[in-house]
Amino acid sequence: MTTHRTSKRRLAAGTAVVLAAMLTATACGGADKKDDKGAASGGGFNAGIEKVANASDKKGGELKFVGTQDADSWDPQRGYYGFMWDFSRYYTRQLISFKPAPGKDSTELVPDLATAKAEISDGGKTYKYTLKDNVTWEDGSPVTAQDIKYGIERTWAQDVISGGPVYIQQVLDPKAEYPGPYKDTAPDKLGLKAIETPDAKTIIFKLPTPNGDFEQMLAMPAASPVKQDKDTAAKYGLKPFSNGPYKIDSYEPNKSMKLSRNENFKADSDTIRKALPDTISVTFMANADDMDKRLMNGEFDVDINATGIGQAARATALKDHKGNLDNGQTGFIRYAVMPQTVAPFDNIECRKAVIYAADKKSLQTARGGPQAGGDIAPNMLPLGIKGSDAKYDPYEVLKNDGKPNLDKAKEALKACGKESGFKTTIAVRNNKPVEVATAVSLQNALKQVGIEADVDQFDGAQHSGIIGSPKVVKEKGYGIIIMGWGADFPTGQGFSQPLVDGRFILQSGNNNYSELNDPAINTLFDQAIAETDPAKAGDIYKQMNQKVSEAAVYLPFVYDKTITWRSSRLTNAYTTDAYNGRYDYASLGVVK
Amino acid sequence: MLAYLIRRIFAVLVMLLVITLVTFGIFFLFPKLIGTDPALYFVGKQSDPIAIEGIRQKMGLDDPILVQFGKFVVGLVAGRTYANGPDVTQCAAPCFGYSFKTEQEVWPLLLDWLPVTLSLALGAVVLWVAGGVATGVVSALKRGTVLDRSAMGVALAGVSLPIYFTGMLVIALFSDQLGWFGRPEATFAEDPAKWFNGMILPWVSLAFLYAAMYARLTRATMLEVLNEDYIRTARAKGLTEPVVIGKHAMRSTMTPILTVLGLDLGALMGGAVLTEYTFSLHGLGYSAVRAISEHDLPVILGITLISAFFVVAANLIVDLLYAVIDPRVRLS
Repeated sequence: MTTHRTSKRRLAAGTAVVLAAMLTATACGGADKKDDKGAASGGGFNAGIEKVANASDKKGGELKFVGTQDADSWDPQRGYYGFMWDFSRYYTRQLISFKPAPGKDSTELVPDLATAKAEISDGGKTYKYTLKDNVTWEDGSPVTAQDIKYGIERTWAQDVISGGPVYIQQVLDPKAEYPGPYKDTAPDKLGLKAIETPDAKTIIFKLPTPNGDFEQMLAMPAASPVKQDKDTAAKYGLKPFSNGPYKIDSYEPNKSMKLSRNENFKADSDTIRKALPDTISVTFMANADDMDKRLMNGEFDVDINATGIGQAARATALKDHKGNLDNGQTGFIRYAVMPQTVAPFDNIECRKAVIYAADKKSLQTARGGPQAGGDIAPNMLPLGIKGSDAKYDPYEVLKNDGKPNLDKAKEALKACGKESGFKTTIAVRNNKPVEVATAVSLQNALKQVGIEADVDQFDGAQHSGIIGSPKVVKEKGYGIIIMGWGADFPTGQGFSQPLVDGRFILQSGNNNYSELNDPAINTLFDQAIAETDPAKAGDIYKQMNQKVSEAAVYLPFVYDKTITWRSSRLTNAYTTDAYNGRYDYASLGVVK
Repeated sequence: MLAYLIRRIFAVLVMLLVITLVTFGIFFLFPKLIGTDPALYFVGKQSDPIAIEGIRQKMGLDDPILVQFGKFVVGLVAGRTYANGPDVTQCAAPCFGYSFKTEQEVWPLLLDWLPVTLSLALGAVVLWVAGGVATGVVSALKRGTVLDRSAMGVALAGVSLPIYFTGMLVIALFSDQLGWFGRPEATFAEDPAKWFNGMILPWVSLAFLYAAMYARLTRATMLEVLNEDYIRTARAKGLTEPVVIGKHAMRSTMTPILTVLGLDLGALMGGAVLTEYTFSLHGLGYSAVRAISEHDLPVILGITLISAFFVVAANLIVDLLYAVIDPRVRLS
C-alpha cells in the first residue's frame, strides 16, 4: 500500500511539473514582446480614420498582404467580395473610380480612364465619356473604348462567368436580350446595342430609363475593360491582363499572389493610385489566430480581408499595440427583421413590442461591444450614405442608452391584442457565432414581456434558399430573422432598395425579408433614382428611411465596426467608406 | 504469395470503385434527394437562373446519376471535356473533376497538395514511432518506476491535448519567443534547409499526439508479451536480456503496432486536418476543409478518393509486412 501511495504521489508531482511547464510556456506565448517590430511606432490609435496615417510619397519595398480568405474570383467581371473590389484597382481601372480620400469623402466619384465624369444628356438617359490618351495595357497597347465595351459585355455571359454583380446589365438591358459576347453573332463580338463606341476614344451608354446611380455602377470592377484577344473566359480570373500600375506575376488560388510594376503603365494618366510599393504580395493562410499574431509581429502589413482582429488577439492588440489599430465603420448594419407574413407580426403593434423590448446594449455586447461590434444604430441607413441621420431615433433607443423600454413594449402588446405575450421563432445562421449570440440576447430580452422565442439555427451557407424564400419563411414560422447588410455601392439605392422596395421581393435569393411593399416607399426610390444630383437624392432617401422606421419591420442593432491592424511601416493608410471601411489599398506604401 | 497479391490488388480496385460510387452518390445524388440543386453549389453570390443552367449543362447534371458516374470513371482514364455551347473546358486524364470555384482541374491540385501532406505525415511517423515505441518499451521494462510514471503522464497529456492547443503553444514558444524554428513556408525544392526548419514544429506537434498513443500501446503489449511462456523459456535458455527483448519480445509487440500504424498512416495521407490548419500548411487536409466550407464538390470528391486509396493501400502493405515480422503468418 505504501509503495502504491508513493507512486501516486510521484505521479501527481510529475504531472504538476509537466503542467507548470506548459502554463509557463503559455504565459510566455500570451504576452508579446514590447520591442516587437509591430509596436515600434504605430502612428496612433485611429490615425487612419478620417485622416491619413503616416503620409509619405516614397516609393519602393514590398507591401505584404495576408488573409484567410481568397477572392471569389480576381476576374474583374466575376469578383463580388468587397476586398476584391478594393484590391483589383492595382491591375484594373474603370472609366471612373472613387476619390482617394479618407472616410466619407471617398464616396465621391472621380474620372479614372475617362478624361472627365460623364456628359449626361437626354434627360439622364445618355452617358458619354472620352478616354484619356495615354492609358495602356501591360503589353503597351492602348486601352480602347471597345475594350471597355467588351469587358462590360462579359457580365451578360452569366452562363460562363457567373458570380459578379449584374447591375449594369439590369439597367442597360432589363429584359436580358443580349446573349453575351461568347454567343454574340456580330463578328467583332460587340453586339450590345446599349453601348456605342463611335471611335477608340469615345464610349456612349444609352439607358432605357434614367438611373442616377449609373456612374456608381461604372465604378465597380465589373465595368473594367478586357482585351478581347486576352480573354480566357472562365479562366480569366487566374491571370487577368493588367491595365493598372501592377501586373500579376503569379497566382495560386488560396495560397499566394505576387504583383510587380507594370512597366507599360503611364503614371501620368492616373491621379488616383499612388502605386508606391515596388512589389505586392498576398499570402493566404488557414489559421486566423496565427495570422493576427504574425501581423502583430510585423511579418505582414495588412489583412486583405479586413474582417478585423479576432477575439483571441484583440485584448493584446488593444493593450500593447493600440497605435497600430483603426476602429472604423464598415458600412454594414446588423439587425433583426420581422416578416409581416408570419403572425402575429402582421400587426405593427406586435412588431413595435419586439423593438421596444429588445435590449440594444446587450445586443451590442453580443456583437463584441462598442469597438469590435459597433455603435448602437437607431435607424436603418448607414452613416456613410447620403440621407443618413445618426440622430434620427424614432424608438428612443439612444435616448434610453440602449436599454429596453418595457412599459412601451407592454403597451404595444396590449394594442396588438397579445397582452400576455406570444410565441415566435428567431432564425439565425449557424455559421456566424456572433449572430447566434445576438439571437440569444434577443430571446432573453423578449422573455421579460412574455414573448417566448425559440432560436432556430439554419444552415448559413444555404441562406438564400431558406430565409431568401418567402415560402420557406412562412412555413417555418420565422417571425424574427437575424441578418446583416452592406451596400454594393454607397447610395440609398445601393443599400436600401433590395431590403425595403416591394418590387425586389424574390421567390429565391430574396433580401426583403419583411416583405415590406409600401407604394409610398417604392415611389420615393423611383424619384431618388431619377435624380442625378446626389444631394437631392439624399434628401429623398432620408424620407424613405423615416418611412421604413415607421413601418416597424426592422430592429437595427449596430452600425458595424471592426478593429483593423495597420503595420508600423505602412504609409498613406486611411479607411474608406467606399470600400466598407477598408484601407484604400491603391494608396498604401511601405517606405517612410 | 503472387496469387495472394493479385487477389488483394483486385479487391483494392473493387473497393476503390465502390467508394467512388458511394462518394459520388453522396455529392451528386443526395442533394437532389433533399431537394437542393447541386448546380447551386457552383454559382456565386448571384444565383442567376442562366448561370445555374449553364453549370448544369456543362457538368451534365441532368444526366441520370449512373451516366454521370460512368462519365466520371471514363474521365479518370481518358480525360474529359466539359462543354456548354461555345464554352468548353478540357480536363486531361486522369480527370478527377474540375473545380468551378477556382477554375482549375482537380488532379494537378491534388498533386500540389499531396507532397505537403506526405512530408508532414512521414516526418511525424518517424518521430512518433521512434519516440513512442522507445518510450513504451522503456516504460514496460521499468514498470512502476518514476520513469514509467512520468513517461505515461506525459503520454496521457499528449493524448488529451488537442493539436490546435499544442500547435499554438509550440509556435508561441519555439517560433515567436525563442525564434528557434520558423513557420512552414518554403517548399523542399525552394530551400531544403528552410523547409526542414519550418517542418520541425508541425512534425513534433503531430508526433506528440501519436507518440503518446503508441507509447501506451507499446507498453501494454510489451507487458503482455513479457508474461508469455516463450519469453520465460528464452530467459531460461540463458539468452541475454537484449536478445530476449530485442529479438523475441519486440517481434510480437510490433504486430499490433504495425496494424494501427497502417491505419493511422493511411488516414493521415488524407490530411492531418488540424495540424495543417494550425500551421497553415496547404495540404490535403486543410484543402478538404476549405472545399467543404465552399461546397467545392469536385475537390472534396478528389480528396476523398485519394484518401481512400491511401487507407486501402496502407492496409495492404501492413498485411504484407505481417509475414515479414511475424513468422506465424503465412500469406496464401
